[in-house]
Amino acid sequence: MTRITMTVDGVSYSDEVEPRTLLVQYLRESLGKTGTVIGCDTSNCGACTVHLDGTSVKSCNVLAVQADGHEVTTIEGLAENGELHPVQQAFHECHALQCGYCTPGMIMQACDVLKNNPDPSEQEIREGLEGNLCRCTGYHNIVKAVQQAAGAMSSSSASSASSAGSAGSQAVSS
Amino acid sequence: MTITEDRAADAATPEIGRARTRKEDARLITGRTRWTDNIQLPGMLHLAMVRSPFAHATITAINTDEARKAPGVVGVVTGADIKDVQGAVANAWPITADQKTPDHLPVVVEHVACAGEIVAVVAARTAAEARDAAELVDVDYDELPAVLDLKEAVKDEVLAHPALGTNTSAVWTLDSAAQGSGTDVEDEIAAARSDGVVIEREFRQQRLIPAFMEPRSTVCDPTGEQMTVWTSTQVPHILRFLVAATTGIPESKVRIIAPDVGGGFGGKLQTTPEEFATIAVARRLGKPCKYTETRSESLLSGHHGRDQWQKLTLSARKDGTVTGLKVELLADLGAYIGVVGGGVPVLGAWMFNSIYKFAAYHFTVRTMLTNKTWVDAYRGAGRPEATFAIERMMDELAAELGRDPLEVREQNWITHDEFPFTSVAGMTYDTGNYEAATAKAKALFGYDELRAEQRRRRESKDPVQLGIGISTFTEMCGLAPSRILGTLNYGAGGWESASIRMLATGKVEVLTGVSPHGQGHETAWSQIVADRLGVPFEDVEVLHGDTQISSKGMDTYGSRSLVVGAEAVVRAADKVIDKAKVVAAHLLEASVDDIEFTAGKFGVKGTDKGVTMPEVALATWTGHNLPDGVEPSLDADATFDPENFSFPHGTHLCAMEVDTETGATSMRKYVCVDDIGTIINPLIVEGQVHGGLVQGIAQALWEGAEYDDQGTLVTGSFVDYTLPTSADTISFVTDHTTSPSTYTALGTKGVGEAGAIASTPAVVNAIVDAVRPLGVDDVVMPCTPERVWKAIQAGRAVSTEGDRDAQPHFDEGAPNQDPGAASPESTSDGSQS
Ligand code: FES
Ligand code: FES
Repeated sequence: MTRITMTVDGVSYSDEVEPRTLLVQYLRESLGKTGTVIGCDTSNCGACTVHLDGTSVKSCNVLAVQADGHEVTTIEGLAENGELHPVQQAFHECHALQCGYCTPGMIMQACDVLKNNPDPSEQEIREGLEGNLCRCTGYHNIVKAVQQAAGAMSSSSASSASSAGSAGSQAVSS
Repeated sequence: MTITEDRAADAATPEIGRARTRKEDARLITGRTRWTDNIQLPGMLHLAMVRSPFAHATITAINTDEARKAPGVVGVVTGADIKDVQGAVANAWPITADQKTPDHLPVVVEHVACAGEIVAVVAARTAAEARDAAELVDVDYDELPAVLDLKEAVKDEVLAHPALGTNTSAVWTLDSAAQGSGTDVEDEIAAARSDGVVIEREFRQQRLIPAFMEPRSTVCDPTGEQMTVWTSTQVPHILRFLVAATTGIPESKVRIIAPDVGGGFGGKLQTTPEEFATIAVARRLGKPCKYTETRSESLLSGHHGRDQWQKLTLSARKDGTVTGLKVELLADLGAYIGVVGGGVPVLGAWMFNSIYKFAAYHFTVRTMLTNKTWVDAYRGAGRPEATFAIERMMDELAAELGRDPLEVREQNWITHDEFPFTSVAGMTYDTGNYEAATAKAKALFGYDELRAEQRRRRESKDPVQLGIGISTFTEMCGLAPSRILGTLNYGAGGWESASIRMLATGKVEVLTGVSPHGQGHETAWSQIVADRLGVPFEDVEVLHGDTQISSKGMDTYGSRSLVVGAEAVVRAADKVIDKAKVVAAHLLEASVDDIEFTAGKFGVKGTDKGVTMPEVALATWTGHNLPDGVEPSLDADATFDPENFSFPHGTHLCAMEVDTETGATSMRKYVCVDDIGTIINPLIVEGQVHGGLVQGIAQALWEGAEYDDQGTLVTGSFVDYTLPTSADTISFVTDHTTSPSTYTALGTKGVGEAGAIASTPAVVNAIVDAVRPLGVDDVVMPCTPERVWKAIQAGRAVSTEGDRDAQPHFDEGAPNQDPGAASPESTSDGSQS
């Protein structure tokens, strides 16, 4: 067993783990972060995508011990102050999800795409999401949602540079 | 047409037809979803399966000693340990009285009939410990010869189940002459041979894997009054029935819950060996147990789809009028017969004739057992196979006649003023307008301009050729009228059930027997009920997927949820209104006959007096002032059994570019105009169409389950089974025409499978159209660049026609000619000289 310490969605954790434990297993089984899911065993599907120090990674492709001392953000830590992230909001508005299984990973990857390229073309979005599989939507509305989120984020960052992450979004009612 | 439409017309903003964003999304986009694998129960054990690596074998010994000693292991269970209590995996639809149906045990005891079958189950404290210990279970197998190829299986030289004595499970036939719905097909074909056109083709429907994104998972808690099973299934009610029927556990002691389920596409309509094994082990150990499959296990052991050889003979007069269609199918069931099983190809029997007015039709399917993963429903189930075949044939007919394929279709399809129309297969289509859908699709597509561009590229010998693919499809949805199912020997009914509970505060609970897994029923049902009862959309709560809450149902598959399930909801709502009217009349001191219900308000004719539905609900709940003999409840149940199927249709047009030098294809444009009847929520409908399109396109271009000659699935992970990604696909143009169904109160027809059914032939027709001048008249699916390239090289159909002269691929002496590029398979009639 190895002791690791990491911050996940703003909370600091310290645990003993088996060295072979994958980050996704640690998140799901030890921390109860079941928002992050597993869709494959070959690192193809991207369902497990999280941010490690702000960059997207497939958490089934990272050992928990490799994340020792680092900061992880999952889908559960994306909304701030009860406000959805613009990408979450856009996925909802554009009907970019059906069963929703790919959705956490897809949203995390979309955030990463937009961080690196705030104004992507359709082709750039399609290539940026290539590592994330969705069986339900045919990707059409996912691409649309990322385009919409890009617009929302650039207009909100233009109007208020300090709150680019959450401005312009609103809570989903259920 | 209906009360709804009338009332909706009065209401300020009717919910039906509104692009409501989904209620379901809130939890799904924030990671608060309730997948089965998320469930943790106190003291829960984790299971790992020991699976056979052999396709066909006898088990001679199983040694579990080492596994039992491994850390954390609580039990190791073999088939022999649970052979009398584990139940069985059932086939609900023996297609003929003498169908051969091999016994299907969840955990095999002696005979392994395909790779991946469960041989033993390990239960341990953690999933990792269970998997480690599974490696230590030592199984001795005597390997048996395996039959893998579908055409080989017919010869009965090697048997998948030696005890059955044959690989043929059943032969099922539909003959228009025999049933009186048409003339004799052999007569029509003979006539066309002497003075007409006969097209004969053989197509391969490759084996596919549904590949829902959520791997299947089951949790069984056997410790309460009712045994509770959470499972990622499309069919909680069917599972409950079959668990009770095959294990002997009283049905009243079984509670099945389908929590959030991550996709299905037919892949989760099975009752699975894994579910039965989990239940048996949990009961044996007296502990809650969880089993979650890996993706590799899912691809190997979840049922597969399609897998047919299709032989077609189409006869027509010289003027292009079709006369006869003969279909001979060979369908691979794999090692076992699933819940629908041989019923899948049979579901296609009424659809090969499609929208065309054939005089004669003959369909026969031979279902075969092989030593591969079992095959059952995958999105469309029988109808995509039928649509592919007929739409390919119509293109081949047009090519033979040298005419535009759309024009030949139009010459033969049912015109809009001919409805209702009874097809040569005996189905009565209620409504449709193929002309309208096609006209709209052509305009959106720019059909004439693209044809002009195609001509220019052909004339200039552009190495990248353009092809236009057409698919004017119909399908039958809304499974199914119980009486028809009875005549087909199906083991259950096709009705659907719903309940509505009016709560004291005016809120509404809707219980539905269908079981969604991504389709957005919570949203769509809320819209329907909001309109019907005149309550706000937000006030409707839709409950499903738990046999303790919604105790009756036939679940979700076959595009039935809306056309059957929602019809039950509508009828329950109407009963609520009828009950509320009596109370309202009493409160308003009026006669029931004078009460009008409009937009949520009960009024008295000719006055402005009225009470709202929530007011009536509250008055009923208090029970203080009810008419004599009236029970204090507005709640109502309804069970709806459809009278007929529904028949959505549409025109799909696809433009593909084919690089004739490399075989690479790319999709340039895809337009579809579907007529699915009344649309409840356009946002959800578009999503269903998009997703279906990509699944159908994937069959045409990328996907295929492949076995090696040992019977090992070589496409056993997402590395090898290549689902399309966002970078492989394009954005689509989708639109609608609407001719409401007359079979449903809402006028809906169903949309879940349309995209997947229509798109495959559109894509393949486009590819063939692009390279037809090069002598190609078929490319076997999936149409990989390699296959397209080889077809071009061979200059002829891969699978059917005899040799014919091909046009040269490269101009003689052209500078880019590469003599080394000749493929070993290319024949001397190619251009690689
Ligand atoms: S689970 Fe990580 S990529 Fe599939
Ligand atoms: S929404 Fe179901 S897999 Fe993407």
